[in-house]
Amino acid sequence: MKTSDTLLALALQFAGLSLVAFGGANAVIPEIHRQAVDVHHWMTDREFAALFAIAQAAPGPNFLVSTLVGWKAAGLAGALTATAAMCAPSCLLTYWVAKAWDRYRETEWRAAVGGGLAPVTVGFVFSSAFVLVRAADADWRLALVTAASAGVVFFTKLNPLWCLGAAALLGVTGLL
Amino acid sequence: MTERATPAALFAAFLSIALSGFGGVLPFARRMLVDRRGWMTADDFNETLSLCQSLPGPNIVNMSIVVGSRAAGWRGSLAAFAGLVGAPVLIVIALGALYSRFGGVAQARHALLGLGAAAAGLVVATAARMAEPLLRSRPIIAAPFIAAAFVAVAALGLPLPYVLLALAPISIGAAWWWRRRQRRRT
Repeated sequence: MKTSDTLLALALQFAGLSLVAFGGANAVIPEIHRQAVDVHHWMTDREFAALFAIAQAAPGPNFLVSTLVGWKAAGLAGALTATAAMCAPSCLLTYWVAKAWDRYRETEWRAAVGGGLAPVTVGFVFSSAFVLVRAADADWRLALVTAASAGVVFFTKLNPLWCLGAAALLGVTGLL
Repeated sequence: MTERATPAALFAAFLSIALSGFGGVLPFARRMLVDRRGWMTADDFNETLSLCQSLPGPNIVNMSIVVGSRAAGWRGSLAAFAGLVGAPVLIVIALGALYSRFGGVAQARHALLGLGAAAAGLVVATAARMAEPLLRSRPIIAAPFIAAAFVAVAALGLPLPYVLLALAPISIGAAWWWRRRQRRRT
């Protein structure tokens, strides 16, 4: 595939996802994964899991996985294209809606839209978790790490970075 | 201490939010915007957050757009967004470059295996945390849509935008019906 074709594919894919990514990139991981691994073959399942992990470990908002997918597909130009495409549509929408929003502050339909989108978004985030668990957990030890980190983050207020750090350390020492 | 929310001040504030927020920027955003800069009240913050949550895109990115726009128009939005996004994008590209250079080294590969497994766990926990209040407050209209979205995307592998287009109208209708029923009861 020519570089310009790849950039176009990245721009179209992420611009479309931008407008359905309620709650951010975590809700559209299955679709990013499907396009990057199954449709375009930019990377393997394992590489996707690694890039997602790097994005999680970096500071900043959760769309960074799209930056890395773009980078893997087409280098620096790909990273910038994917980032811009992932951000621009939703940012423009937010900009315009915010101006109109105050007018409809206490209306019924506004609450219904928010209340109706929430459970669908949660289902998508569970799907993301499913895709990532399948990509990352090659054996029972890794599955145990996933379960432990999920448990710690769900039940405690500990900074999630401790989980990532501990798991990376376990990996370096050869236990995984 | 309050400082006027000029584009430059917005850029600096959101840059510092981005760099302090590992794994969850919102607590840092609240501290910066409400407590330290005094650009919004706690109520403003919650109200703005609910707006940002009902729009697509990461909440904190939307927040930068809204806060910037209210303070200084589109220039404010642009400055706040650039502050929030610029440094993290550069950092993650540098990490990606390190990965492609050293990803083949056995120790790096094993560290990433562990990191990937733990990161997957974070998303499991995020999903559970998001589901909990919905399942507590309105289980009968939340659970079927959580389940339907999960089965359609995870088990059947359907493209997510279509699933959203199919489920959202029904789910919004259900939320509408539920609110009216709640109100009639009180």
